[in-house]
Amino acid sequence: MDSVIDIRGLGLTFERDGRRTEVLRGLDLAIPRGAFVAIVGASGVGKSTLLRVLIGLAKASAGQVSLATRSAARQPVALVFQDSRLLPWRRVVDTVAFGLEGSGLPKAERRARAVEALRIVGLAELASRWPYQLSGGQRQRVSLARALAVEPEVLLMDEPFSALDAISREGLQDELTRIWQQTGKTILFVTHDIEEATYLADRVVVLAGSPGRAVIDRTIDTPRPRRRDDAADAGLIADIRRHLGKVG
Amino acid sequence: MAITQTGELAASPAPTRARLGALGSIGLGAAGLLAFLLIWQAVPSLGLVNPMMLPGPLAIPTAFRSEIDSGMWLRAVTGSLSHYGIGLVIGAALGVAVGVLTGMSRVAEDLTSWVVRLLRPIPGLAWAPFAIIWFGVTPKAAVFIIAISVFWIVFFAAHGAVRAVDRDLLEVAEAFGFRSPLEKLFKIYLPAAMPGILVGLRTALGQAWMAVVAAEIFGVPGLGNRMIEASSLLATDIVVVYMLTMAALYGILDSLFLVTQNWLLRWKA
Repeated sequence: MDSVIDIRGLGLTFERDGRRTEVLRGLDLAIPRGAFVAIVGASGVGKSTLLRVLIGLAKASAGQVSLATRSAARQPVALVFQDSRLLPWRRVVDTVAFGLEGSGLPKAERRARAVEALRIVGLAELASRWPYQLSGGQRQRVSLARALAVEPEVLLMDEPFSALDAISREGLQDELTRIWQQTGKTILFVTHDIEEATYLADRVVVLAGSPGRAVIDRTIDTPRPRRRDDAADAGLIADIRRHLGKVG
Repeated sequence: MAITQTGELAASPAPTRARLGALGSIGLGAAGLLAFLLIWQAVPSLGLVNPMMLPGPLAIPTAFRSEIDSGMWLRAVTGSLSHYGIGLVIGAALGVAVGVLTGMSRVAEDLTSWVVRLLRPIPGLAWAPFAIIWFGVTPKAAVFIIAISVFWIVFFAAHGAVRAVDRDLLEVAEAFGFRSPLEKLFKIYLPAAMPGILVGLRTALGQAWMAVVAAEIFGVPGLGNRMIEASSLLATDIVVVYMLTMAALYGILDSLFLVTQNWLLRWKA
C-alpha cells in the first residue's frame, strides 16, 4: 500500500512537575495517499499530540513516524489549529502567505499563491482585511488557506471546526469535502465529534484508553455526496459511542 | 412595536456625562483654560505677588519675541532637541535590543538579573557626575544622561512585552518551519511585542524631556540651561517662555508619536 504516513509503535510520554503521563502507547497507523482519515477520541486521549508529533512540535518517546512525501516541498505537512491562530498584525493575504516566506519564492509569487489559496476557501475578496475584522468561520477558513498555501501533501487538522457555531461548522465541513476532492490531499482530521468524523472521512480511527490506543479502525464507504442523516452510519456511530463510553 | 420601543430607549435621558457631547467638552476645556489664565494674570496685577516673582501671562509674548529676536530661543530649542533626539534614539535602541534579548532568552535573563537589580534603582541624573567627568560639560554628557533614563523604561517595556508573547503564536511559526531564534524574532516576537514596546517608548518620550532639562541645568547649552541663566538674572518672564516651550514641544512630539503608533497598530481592533 502506498502510505504517505506510516506510524509504528508510537508512544508518547510527558514529564511535567516530576510526574510522568503516558499519553500514547504502541500506536500503529498507516495513512494511504489521498485518504481522508478522521481520528476520534475523548479529550486528553492524545489525538492532538499525535498531530503535534507529525508536524514536529512534539517528539515521540517510542516508535517511529515516517513521512513518505514525494515532492521536494519544504513543507510536506501543514497543520490547521483548533483556534485559528491568525497573526493579528498581518492582513489576511499576508497571514496566508506566512508559510511561504521561507520558500525563496519572490514576494509577488507568494502573494499570488496566497490569493489562490484564499480563492479555494472562498475568501479572496477579504484579502486585505485584518484578522480582527473576520468572523469565527472566516478566521478558520483563513487558517485553512494558510495551510493550503504551502501546498502540503498532508493536511493535519486539529478539531478545526469545534469552536464554530453549527451553521458555520456544517458549511465548512462541506467546503472541506469539496477541497479534498478537488486537491486530492491526504487529510488527517482530529475531532471529538463522531457524526463529523463519519460524515467527512473515508476511514475513522477511534483512540481510547489511557494511554491511548486505536480501538476501532473502520472504513466508511458511504457514497458521496453524503447526507447528514445517513442511516448507514448509525451502526458505526453506536459502536464508537460504546467504545468511548466503555474505556473513557 | 419593536420600533416604538427602540425610539423610547433612544429618547430616554442619557447620563449627564455622556450628554455633553464633543462640542460641550471643548467649550468647557477652553473655559477652564481661560479661567486659569485670568487667575494667573490677576495674582500679579492685583499686587498679591510681586510680578518679579510671578510674571502674568500678558508679559510672556514680549519676552518670547525678545528671545526669538536675539536668536537665543532657536539656539536653545535646536540644542535641546538634538540632545533629546540623539539620547532618545540611543537609549531606545539599546533598551529594545537588550529587552528583547533577555525576553527571548532565559540564559540572558538570568545572566543580567542581578546587574539589572543593582543598576536599575540609580536615577538617570545620578549619573551626572560621571557624565561630566567622562564627557565634560558637553552635549555628549546630556545625551548620556538622557539615554540612560530612556534605556531603563524601554528595556523593561520590551522585556515584559516579549515575555508575554503568546506561546501559541510561536507554535504557528514552528509549525510552518520557522524554528531559528532570528526567524521567530522577526516573524513573531517583534510584531507581537510592538504594542508593549510602543507604550514604553511613549513613556520614555516624556521622561526624556525631564532628563533634558535636568542635564542642561549643569551647563550644557539648551532650554534648561537658558532657563537657569534667565532665572539667575531674575528674568522670570523668560523662564516662563521656556517652560511653555517645553510643554509645546512635548505636546507636538507626543502627538506625532500617537499618530505613528496608531498607524503601526492599525491591526488592533
